[in-house]
Amino acid sequence: MTPQSSSPRTRWRPAAFAAVASTALFALTACGGGSDPLADKNDDASGGSSDTVTVGSADFPESQIVAELYAGVLRDAGVKVETKPGIGAREAYVGAVKDGSVDVVPDYSGNLLLFADKKAEAASSGEIMKALPDALKSQDLSVLDASKAEDKDALVVTQATADKYGLKTVADLSSSCGELVMAGPPEFQERSYGTSGLKQKYDCSFKSFQPINDGGGPLTVQALTKGDAQVADIFTTTPAIQDEKLVVLEDPKNNFIAQQVLPLTAPDRLPKEAVDALNQFSPKLTTQDLIDLNRKVSGDEQQNPADAAKQWLADHGYDKAS
Amino acid sequence: MSLFAEAAQFLTDPAHWTGATGIPQRLLEHVGYSVLTMAIALVIAVPLGLWVGHTGRGGGVVVGLAGALRSLPTLGLLTLFTLLMGLGLMPPILALVLLAIPPILSGTYSGIAAVSPALVDAARAMGMTESQTLFRVEIPVALPVILGGIRNAALQVLATVTIVAYINLGGLGRYLIDGLAVRDYSRMLAAVVLVAVLALAADAVLALAQRLVTSPGLRSTGDRP
Amino acid sequence: MNWLTNNWPAVLELAGAHLMQSVVPVVIGLLISVPLARLAAGNRWLRPLFVTGSSLLYTIPSLTLFVVLPLILGTRITAVSNVIVALTLYVIAILVRSCVDAFESLDRDVLQAATAMGYKPARRFFGVELPLAVPVMIAGLRVATVSNISMVSVGAVIGIQSLGTLFTDGLRRSIVAEIVVGIVATVVIAVVLDQLLRLLGHTMTRWQRTGTAAPHASARRRDDTGDGADTGGARGAAGALATVESGGASA
Repeated sequence: MTPQSSSPRTRWRPAAFAAVASTALFALTACGGGSDPLADKNDDASGGSSDTVTVGSADFPESQIVAELYAGVLRDAGVKVETKPGIGAREAYVGAVKDGSVDVVPDYSGNLLLFADKKAEAASSGEIMKALPDALKSQDLSVLDASKAEDKDALVVTQATADKYGLKTVADLSSSCGELVMAGPPEFQERSYGTSGLKQKYDCSFKSFQPINDGGGPLTVQALTKGDAQVADIFTTTPAIQDEKLVVLEDPKNNFIAQQVLPLTAPDRLPKEAVDALNQFSPKLTTQDLIDLNRKVSGDEQQNPADAAKQWLADHGYDKAS
Repeated sequence: MSLFAEAAQFLTDPAHWTGATGIPQRLLEHVGYSVLTMAIALVIAVPLGLWVGHTGRGGGVVVGLAGALRSLPTLGLLTLFTLLMGLGLMPPILALVLLAIPPILSGTYSGIAAVSPALVDAARAMGMTESQTLFRVEIPVALPVILGGIRNAALQVLATVTIVAYINLGGLGRYLIDGLAVRDYSRMLAAVVLVAVLALAADAVLALAQRLVTSPGLRSTGDRP
Repeated sequence: MNWLTNNWPAVLELAGAHLMQSVVPVVIGLLISVPLARLAAGNRWLRPLFVTGSSLLYTIPSLTLFVVLPLILGTRITAVSNVIVALTLYVIAILVRSCVDAFESLDRDVLQAATAMGYKPARRFFGVELPLAVPVMIAGLRVATVSNISMVSVGAVIGIQSLGTLFTDGLRRSIVAEIVVGIVATVVIAVVLDQLLRLLGHTMTRWQRTGTAAPHASARRRDDTGDGADTGGARGAAGALATVESGGASA
């Protein structure tokens, strides 16, 4: 652009900056599409949803395992499958199902209902499955058949605590609640089944609450076994409940609503053979299966979710799953 | 916009200003963790920075070390230490200490190292011992830069202490993590305001300290070597 | 490192996402910061506004920014674009400050010489000011890049995939190796990018070191305070560090 100047110096400077600027612009344009993968995948899905089913999952291990099970079951039924694991929290994967970037994702009946309808009061598995289709319809979402497998919140104590206070059900806690520290995920303090639910239904207010953000994982269990807390909200499929011989307190007043595992999808999104395959699969999955699978992906065994799922599928006659 | 109104409501609700989960308690915890972190980091980083800056030995190592520490993800350290050491105060504090060390260390080192060699030689020529040279000449001259590093570290720590709530500690991060867990954005916004106000106040105090300790002889020439 | 051998495809994918989320903001931030800094340099009104504004920005924890931005931008809370925008803001906060310093420390004689030689303002900016500001800019870029790489992982707390996912997932699954892999991968990416930037700065400022190409006083002066890792030894490096140390990250 500039006339050839006398010194080589003055020539290369703008050239170097032009190079940097163009690299920068290239990087910008190259990554522009990548910065919003959801929008990106949208086109892809609308074009290909008829023959390829995209199975997504939330960003925690159990959801990834069940997603791998779904994917294997669909492959076994001759459906072309892609997986998109670890999309994120419910807002994220529900959004992904809505905008078509994901066709099916595992979810839990109770929490899904509360997500779709904050005021829902259904608690038993039957009530929830009855209320769910209507609550989802307005959002253009749908669910397939629910499995027996369930992963719900539960109050858990060590055997020693259970013996000391004579605990079998949550109701037995009412006299000793005030002396006990509870640990659980932060949202427990505010959900209807949480602190307020315990107080209403069981007249139980704990001395204090320790919020721990590992989804009822190793730290929550550790808080319990080390005595930092005496009661913890731990999901019922956590292997540590069996491994550490913890006691799950019964919930006679249905404070903790049912959480059956089920596929979340959108109406008419899945081909018929996919719907049939998933509906045949769901009754086969049990809560104990989830516990065993969770054990395989955590702690010492540390398999990845796909391998753990593969084993289950092979054991249950899905020969063409991979 | 109603979100901002809700956040303001959260901040002005008298119920949020008392008790174990109230704002004063959370503020106190937040400041407490920050002060503890800074105290440990200062004890480690300042003497090391002084020594390296004064002797000139290992300057490259310090620059490299500070850079490497800076790239350590605090969330990773937090989860790692907690998994290895269990719940408690120290695992998160240790993760924060590693965050605070780089700015303090490189501030101290670069402040001392950038003191004019002529000045140091003059001090020695006047018969000052090595420690006199360090404490009477180098440190006073380098103090603004040293404090600059400390100020940066303090601001980073105050902002980052929020993530210790990801495990089970308190602090203003509780409002963030708890708010996130139930998607209560107004509470999170209120937390942002509180952290920002706290950080600004801390910054003002540290800036004042920095100004007060700057030797009058340095002011006319600017505070940067 | 059994865990890594079994999971390296997933780690690679997360590393790719991580790299994208940390590098794109640096590039966008650079393109925004340079003109901003040039405007602010020596300007009585803009300079304090930008410099105070950028230090204020640093008090906002990245986690909050990740969450508050979608409310302002109208994006979905888990969209990657939130991380990109948030980190771009941090990059601007670092770079505007160091670029303002860089432009203000330019030797007036050199600028006047350029004008006297008939350089129009635009050509003087691209041909003289910008190249002379490179050492300080590169130092700022290095700080911004490294702190970005460490901050990206915080997005995992709200479910945005990056190497940080290995931290939250490793915690839930109680797998120490997974977290360690995440930390090591993050540091490796940071070190590699940092060295690439150092090399870039080295290449772009070759004229400062070749005797024939550095005739004016300013070049010699820069050698004292500039990227001394290559030229001036430890004391020069210390000077550059002291200038840039105002940066850093709030994770």
